[in-house]
Amino acid sequence: MMRFMLLFSRQGKLRLQKWFTSMSEREKKKIIRDMTTMVLARQPRSCNFMQWKDLKIVYKRYASLYFCLGVESQENELLALEIIHRYVELLDKYFGNVCELDIIFNFEKAYFILDEFLMGGEIQETSKQIVNRSIEASDMLQEDDISEWYEVELFG
Amino acid sequence: MALKIVKGSIDRMFDKNLQDLVRGIRNHKEDEAKYISTCIDEIKQELKQDNIAVKANAVCKLTYLQMLGYDVSWAAFNIVEVMSSSKFTYKRIGYLAASQCFHENTDVIMLTTNQIRKDLSSPNQYDTGVALTGLSCFVTPDLARDLANDIMTLMSHTKPYIRKKAVLIMYKVFLKYPESLRPAFPRLKEKLEDPDPGVQSAAVNVICELARRNPKNYLSLAPLFFKLMTSSTNNWVLIKIIKLFGALTPLEPRLGKKLIEPLTNLIHRSFSSRVLIFICFGFFKLAHKKSFSDVIVSLCYITVLISLSSGMPNHSASSVFLRISVVKYLGLLAMSKILKTHPKSVQSHKDLILQCLDDKDESIRLRALDLLYGMVSKKNLMEIVKKLMIHVDKAEGTTYRDELLTKIIDICSQSNYQYITNFEWYISILVELTRLEGTRHGHLIASQMLDVAIRVKAIRVFAVAQMATLLDNAHLLTGNMQRNGICEVLYAAAWICGEFSEHLENPVQTLEAMLRPKVATLPGHIQAVYVQNAAKLFATILKNQEGNTDSTAAQETSQMMIDRLPLFVQSANLEVQERASCILQLVKYIQKLQQKDVEVAEEVSALFAGELNPVAPKAQKKVPVPEGLDLDAWINEPPSESESEDEQPKAIFTKEEPKHSRPRHTEVDEKELARRREARKQEQANNPFYIKASPSSQKVYQEAPGVEHIPVVQIDLSVPLKVPGLPMSDQYVKLEEERRQKERAEKKKKEKKKRKEKRSGRGKKHDSGPESEEDITPAHVVDIVTEEMPEKSSKHKKKKQKKEKEEKEKKKKKKHHHHHHHSDGGGEESVQNGTVEEEEPLTFLVFPLPRKVCDIQGNLQDGSQVVVSVIFENKSDSFLKSMEFNVLDSLNSKLQRPEGSGPHDGLTVPFQLPPGVSNEARFVFTVQSIVMPQKLKGTLTFIVKDSSTHEKLDFKLHFTCTSYLITTPCYSDAFAKLLESGDLKSSSVRLEGVNMPFHHLLARICFHHHFSVVERIDSCASMYSRSIQGHHVCLLVKTSGQTVSIDAKCDEPTLLGNVLDEIKQTFSQC
Repeated sequence: MMRFMLLFSRQGKLRLQKWFTSMSEREKKKIIRDMTTMVLARQPRSCNFMQWKDLKIVYKRYASLYFCLGVESQENELLALEIIHRYVELLDKYFGNVCELDIIFNFEKAYFILDEFLMGGEIQETSKQIVNRSIEASDMLQEDDISEWYEVELFG
Repeated sequence: MALKIVKGSIDRMFDKNLQDLVRGIRNHKEDEAKYISTCIDEIKQELKQDNIAVKANAVCKLTYLQMLGYDVSWAAFNIVEVMSSSKFTYKRIGYLAASQCFHENTDVIMLTTNQIRKDLSSPNQYDTGVALTGLSCFVTPDLARDLANDIMTLMSHTKPYIRKKAVLIMYKVFLKYPESLRPAFPRLKEKLEDPDPGVQSAAVNVICELARRNPKNYLSLAPLFFKLMTSSTNNWVLIKIIKLFGALTPLEPRLGKKLIEPLTNLIHRSFSSRVLIFICFGFFKLAHKKSFSDVIVSLCYITVLISLSSGMPNHSASSVFLRISVVKYLGLLAMSKILKTHPKSVQSHKDLILQCLDDKDESIRLRALDLLYGMVSKKNLMEIVKKLMIHVDKAEGTTYRDELLTKIIDICSQSNYQYITNFEWYISILVELTRLEGTRHGHLIASQMLDVAIRVKAIRVFAVAQMATLLDNAHLLTGNMQRNGICEVLYAAAWICGEFSEHLENPVQTLEAMLRPKVATLPGHIQAVYVQNAAKLFATILKNQEGNTDSTAAQETSQMMIDRLPLFVQSANLEVQERASCILQLVKYIQKLQQKDVEVAEEVSALFAGELNPVAPKAQKKVPVPEGLDLDAWINEPPSESESEDEQPKAIFTKEEPKHSRPRHTEVDEKELARRREARKQEQANNPFYIKASPSSQKVYQEAPGVEHIPVVQIDLSVPLKVPGLPMSDQYVKLEEERRQKERAEKKKKEKKKRKEKRSGRGKKHDSGPESEEDITPAHVVDIVTEEMPEKSSKHKKKKQKKEKEEKEKKKKKKHHHHHHHSDGGGEESVQNGTVEEEEPLTFLVFPLPRKVCDIQGNLQDGSQVVVSVIFENKSDSFLKSMEFNVLDSLNSKLQRPEGSGPHDGLTVPFQLPPGVSNEARFVFTVQSIVMPQKLKGTLTFIVKDSSTHEKLDFKLHFTCTSYLITTPCYSDAFAKLLESGDLKSSSVRLEGVNMPFHHLLARICFHHHFSVVERIDSCASMYSRSIQGHHVCLLVKTSGQTVSIDAKCDEPTLLGNVLDEIKQTFSQC
């Protein structure tokens, strides 16, 4: 089972954090600090895996953004790597050639996509199409809401 | 109303939305904190408004700020408000914020139960979805309990979107509220066959997680999973299923066989895809089982290995992300998994793995390190460790270096140092490791040093020398405060130097090093060991120096102790303080004695006498339960029974108070104690006369005057110098090589010889083959204290024993020789009594006659002295004069010498012996414990008048337990009372084949063992005796035919056992 997923920039700025188990703020901050320092200290062509306490840390860099996944020790490293890659594919599909700025300015969307893909530390949906479809559907619902709201504002 | 809305919308136009906030933060790089604090103020204003859209916007911004590390817990209630909005847009934001900010201790979670329940049953599937997603992040035991039923119904929702989420969240619910598992499980099982693949994979995920925790309960699902595995095309699901089988196969070996075929199919089907490797790893889990054919295992790992060694990037065409480093890592990981089952196949790749130690990537290095553990052998240990030591020197990060250090120690010490052939090498490796800066593992090195020094006797001399140098250069270790971890090593060094101080070359120098003022900066527990071991060293030094004629050296040492110890007496650490002040007083006393020219070394070293032997953890099992001891029997009768026994009238003297009238054990519970303590503290606080403990109470000591207060500045060398005089471990590698080569050469020689003898034609075949494991004989032998000894080491032990035996025999021969040489000096003589035992025929008889002496010294206890009367009889033809009688004192028994003479001086026998004359002399011995028999070695020196040569005779004095007994008459009623009193331990012995009249037998016991007959009835008699220390010994002797049974009672079981043994021996001799 996965424990957390972090996205951070090359400068160590956090772009997204997802915790699959409930944790206190202090623990979270410690993990974030450890992860950013550990991952950023890695040499360029190293492998993507690290051991941190009893967790396996799997990370991958896409352009200027590091995706870092903490999984329990009996999980498969390659599977974790694949999960990261799948998430990037999903983001790419949604934003269309995703870049760091997309995630910064639409961070809630990035969360929504992640929530459709993973849940409670497990993979929820392996099919890209289905994830995309459900994201689109809920976005449609939101559009409806907003247009409704405009109506209220204009004619209310 | 309309105005309000319009006003709100106008306000909103000036509000920042999320994009503005992000942009703003990016534009205020210099004063980000200030900018954000104004933003938070704005957000607080926004949250006060009624407009839900404004609130949602504010909460959204807060979520972003939370990610940046700002505390937003104050807005928890507002988040709940937004969550409960009926609009999906806001609800979504609210749940997102909640899932990011809430944790188990957030109190507003209690308020959300009903809202979540409402959302779960919402007609809109996305409302439900959002609620489930949020819940998965912050579910608490309360929420799990309250909502378990709702979620369970959702598991059979019409929409697969809801079903899969419900299935997944069920796992979280099980974790928080385990009672829900039983009712929900059937439905969960159903979901394994759900038509929707998403739901199916979710169910597989959940069951895999559950099965990992407790595989036994899920064995029954194996057929179902088997079906899924053969039918599913979803690789993600397949991986999970293989993982699940990995957990199940150890419980059901037949499963393994069945799985081979479908798995091989899978491999072929998905060849050249990432999945190949995934499946491989699924396999390695299974490979623990022998039932898996080696073919598949090696296939998998060869696939990985090929890509590893050939350096082919992207072995699998489709895997865009498989770098060479990744493959390497996975290869090593795979190896570590098959190492357990197929160590040979991994060991053949030793070089490859050692290469990985040089990898730039720390993760790969760590994996390779893990593998090394299982790969060492006697042959390659030194080489591997040498390599690791080079890495230790090169390593930059402390974590990796510490990891290396622990690995080196792990590798060397595994299975009782099985692979170490030269312990000098190991000690020097440990010493080299102490040079590491800032390691946390000082205690690990220290414990290894102690372990090796204690268990490998042959190494002690070397180890002590090393430790002495360490102590001498302690400033190198402690110089830097950052290196604190390593000073633990000094703990071991000090202890080893103290305990085995007899091996020290220059004990005074070491003692001086241990008492340096700088020591006071070490942690308390180390100082304590320093002080204690300084005392041990002191004892050894005294012993060494008292042999010399010059007593000033010894006095100087005492003076040094007295000068230096006060520093420790002032220590803030209780342990140090206590030990130091104790030892200081002792040394002062010793000094006084020294000034009077009294020899004290013997007594002082007696304080630390006794050798420390390693004891196996299971050693207790080997101790036989003494006869007549029932471990399950009650020592005291259980209380309920004893009450009924009380009714029986007992002897008047032993009447006890009734049990229940004893003061009842008042049971005060913790709470009560805490309450009382609190009350007492309160009282003390209010009492002006109560002097509170001041934290600076230790200052009291500093009033004591002394030079020690003048701070001594020590030059601090923070440069990691090489500790002078420490050997480099490398040289051992060379030495070892040479040694082995020698051995090999010798072996070859032998083989050649053999071959020559045999004259066989095809001899040359295994001439220069590589040495096998068994060929390497260790240079030192470890005391292996576990019960299960490895075969090899036990072999060595046997060899050793044999050697020892041989040596003994040699010695004996020598003695015989010796004896012949002397036999003309003293004549041959017969020996009469069993209490004397000589190695050679003696010219005199020894007749130890224990006697109670009451008049010697008032302060000595009665019964601590034994008089030995010795009859010297000259059977030779020469006149013997100036005889000196000397005995080597043991801890327990000492010959009493006139005051002023040393502990090794002999006593002059106060007469001369003309030929054929005998005379008796008496010697007084001080005995502490009389429960065990004892042998003392002694010598008699004399001058033969004619030849005027000094001659020497060795003898042994045998203090039997019997000799401590005094014939004491006892009346039958007193005897009965004694037996009744019940504090005597009983024991018994049987003598077979005693062929003598009963009265004869009794007389024998009386004569030889100092008993007196109390009463005799027919073939039964009771006897009594008393030891010089007042132990009562009672015997009941019965005879029937040729067997005599003796039941005995005594208040000292050891003494009794020994007396009985002696009686038995007496009768076995006749």
